[in-house]
Amino acid sequence: MSTTASEHIARTFSSRGPLVDLIVRVFREKPLGAAGGTICVAFLFCGIFANLLAPHGANDTNVLNRLAPPSVEYPMGTDHVGRDVLSRILFGAQLSMVVGFAAAALATLVSVVLGVLSGYLKGWPDMIIQRIVDAWMTFPGLVLLIVVISIVGPGLPQIIIILGLQYGIAGSRIVRGAVISVREHMYIHAAQSIGAGTRHILIRHVLPNIMPVVIVLFTTRVGAVILAEAGLSFLGLGVPPPQPTWGGMLAGSGRDYMYVGPWLALAPGLCLAVVVFAVNIFGDALRDLLDPRMRGLR
Amino acid sequence: MQDFVLRRLLALVPTLLFVSIIVFCSIRLIPGDVVDLMLSQNDISTGQDRAQVEAALGLDKPLLIQYFHWLGDACRGDLGRSLWRNTKVTEQLAARLPVTFELGFLALVVALTVAIPIGIYSAIRQDTLGDYAARSFSLVMLAIPGFWLGTLVMVFPAVWWRWAPAIEYTPFFEMPVQNLKHMLVPAILLGLSLSATTMRMTRTMMLDVMRQDYIRTARAKGAGEIRVVIHHALRNGLIPIVTLVGLQAPMLIGGAVIMEQIFVIPGIGLMLLEGVFQRDYPVVSGVFLVVGIGVLVINLIVDLSYGWLDPKVRHT
Repeated sequence: MSTTASEHIARTFSSRGPLVDLIVRVFREKPLGAAGGTICVAFLFCGIFANLLAPHGANDTNVLNRLAPPSVEYPMGTDHVGRDVLSRILFGAQLSMVVGFAAAALATLVSVVLGVLSGYLKGWPDMIIQRIVDAWMTFPGLVLLIVVISIVGPGLPQIIIILGLQYGIAGSRIVRGAVISVREHMYIHAAQSIGAGTRHILIRHVLPNIMPVVIVLFTTRVGAVILAEAGLSFLGLGVPPPQPTWGGMLAGSGRDYMYVGPWLALAPGLCLAVVVFAVNIFGDALRDLLDPRMRGLR
Repeated sequence: MQDFVLRRLLALVPTLLFVSIIVFCSIRLIPGDVVDLMLSQNDISTGQDRAQVEAALGLDKPLLIQYFHWLGDACRGDLGRSLWRNTKVTEQLAARLPVTFELGFLALVVALTVAIPIGIYSAIRQDTLGDYAARSFSLVMLAIPGFWLGTLVMVFPAVWWRWAPAIEYTPFFEMPVQNLKHMLVPAILLGLSLSATTMRMTRTMMLDVMRQDYIRTARAKGAGEIRVVIHHALRNGLIPIVTLVGLQAPMLIGGAVIMEQIFVIPGIGLMLLEGVFQRDYPVVSGVFLVVGIGVLVINLIVDLSYGWLDPKVRHT
C-alpha cells in the first residue's frame, strides 16, 4: 500500500509537468492507445506539411496519365483527370485535420459552456437547456447536418461551425453529469461558505475538476467529426470541389471510374478508417487513464 | 403501469414542442435565402415576384404567426406541397416511409443477430483470443464509414466477378424475392456498422451481470454454466440492450440516408437528399419533422417496454 501511495505522490508531484506525464503513462500502460496516438500524430504531420510532402499539386491534371495504376511516379495511381491520388490524399489529410480539430474544439467549448451552466445552476435554466438538448438529440446527426447545410450552403467555415454545434450540444449531457457529481463535493460547499462568487467557483473549482472528462470528450469528438465531414462530402454537401476531401474522393464523378481504376475506391476510405480507428483507440486509452467512470461512452 | 405510461406521455409534450421549433426555425430563420434561391433557380428576380413567392410561402407574416400556422397545419397532417412536383408532402412520405422502415428493420435484425451472441461470447470468455478478436472487430466497424463499405461492395465484386448488387427497387408485396435481393446487401452493411456499438454494450452488460451475487448463488447451487448464462445472466443483461435499440434509432436513420443514396433505394433518406438538392423546402421540413417524431416514438415504445420488462423502472 505504501509503495502505491508513494508512487502516486511521486506521480502527482513529478517535475515533468502533467502533459508529459500523461504521455509517458499512455506509452507505459496503454501500448495500443500509444500506437493510436502515434498514428494520429503522423497524420497530423502529413496534414501540416502536405505542401512539402505531396509530389504533385492537389489539382494538377495530366490528361496523358488519366487512370494510371499505382506506379513509382504515382504511388496511389491517378484519377479520371490524371490527378495524383497520393497528393490529393495528403491535402485531404490537411483538410480532415483542420475540420477535425477545429470542430472538436468548438464542440468541446459548447459542451463545457452548456454543461457547466446546466449542471451548476440547476433549476429552470437546467430544465430549459435539457429540454432543448433532448429535442436536438432526437434528430439523427446526419439528417440535421444535411438540413442545415442545405440552408447555409456548403463551405469549410459552415461545416466547422455546424459540426461543432451538433456535437457540442450532444456532448453537453456528459459535461453536465460530471459537473453535478463535482458540485456536491465538500470543497465546493467550502468555497460557497467563504463567500466565493459563482464565476470564481466555476473557473477555479469546477472546471479543473471536470478536465479529465473534457479531454476525453475532445478526443472522441475528433474521430466523430472527421467521419461526419467525410459523410457530408460523400453526399456532396461538404467542402466543395476542387478542394480534395477524403469523402469527396469517394463520391461524385470519380465513382463512375472506379470500375476501371479500383484503386480510386481504396486509398481515401482506408485513410479515413485508419485515422478514426487510431483516434478511437487513443481516446479509449486516455479515458481509461483519466476517467474510468466514462467506460462504455461510445 | 398506467401512471408510468401517462408520465412518459406527458414528458413527451415539451420535447415535441422543441422539436417542432427546431424544424421550423431551421427552415425559416433565413427566409431571404430560401426565396432568393428559388428565384435565382427560376431566373426571375423582380421585386414583385419576390413578394409573390413570399406570400405564397406565407413568409410575409411575422415569424410567430408563421410558426403557429405551420404547427396548426402539421397537427392536421398537412405538411404542404412539394415546390417541384406539386404533390402533397404527406403522400410522398406515405409512399417512402415503408421502404426506409423495411431497410431499418432488416438492418436491426442483422445487427442484433451478429452483436448479441458475439457480445455474450466475448463477456463469458473475457480476455481470451476470441474476446480480443470480437473487440477488435467492433472497433474496426466503428471506424469504417458506411459509405466506404458500400462503395467497396459496389466496385470490387463488379471488377473481380462481374457481379453487382441490384439497384432497382421493387416493392416487397409485389416481388418479395427481387425486393430482398435489392435490400439485403445495404441492410447487412448497415447492420454490421450498427452491431459494433451493440456488441460493446452487450459485452459490458454481461460482464457486469456475471459479477452479481445471484450469479454466484446460481453457481453455488450447482447450476451448469449454460444454464447460468441463459437463465440468470442473459435475462437481466439483455434489458438495457432494448434501450440501446432506441438510442440507435437516430444512427439507423442516418445510416439509411447513406445506404439509400448508394443503392438507389427510394426511402425517406433519398427523399431528403432530393429535397435538399432541389431546394424543395416543404419536402425537407416534412422529412425532418417526421424523422424527429419517428425517433421520439421509437424511444417512447422502448421506454414503455423497458418499464414492462423491468419492474424497478415502473416504480421509480
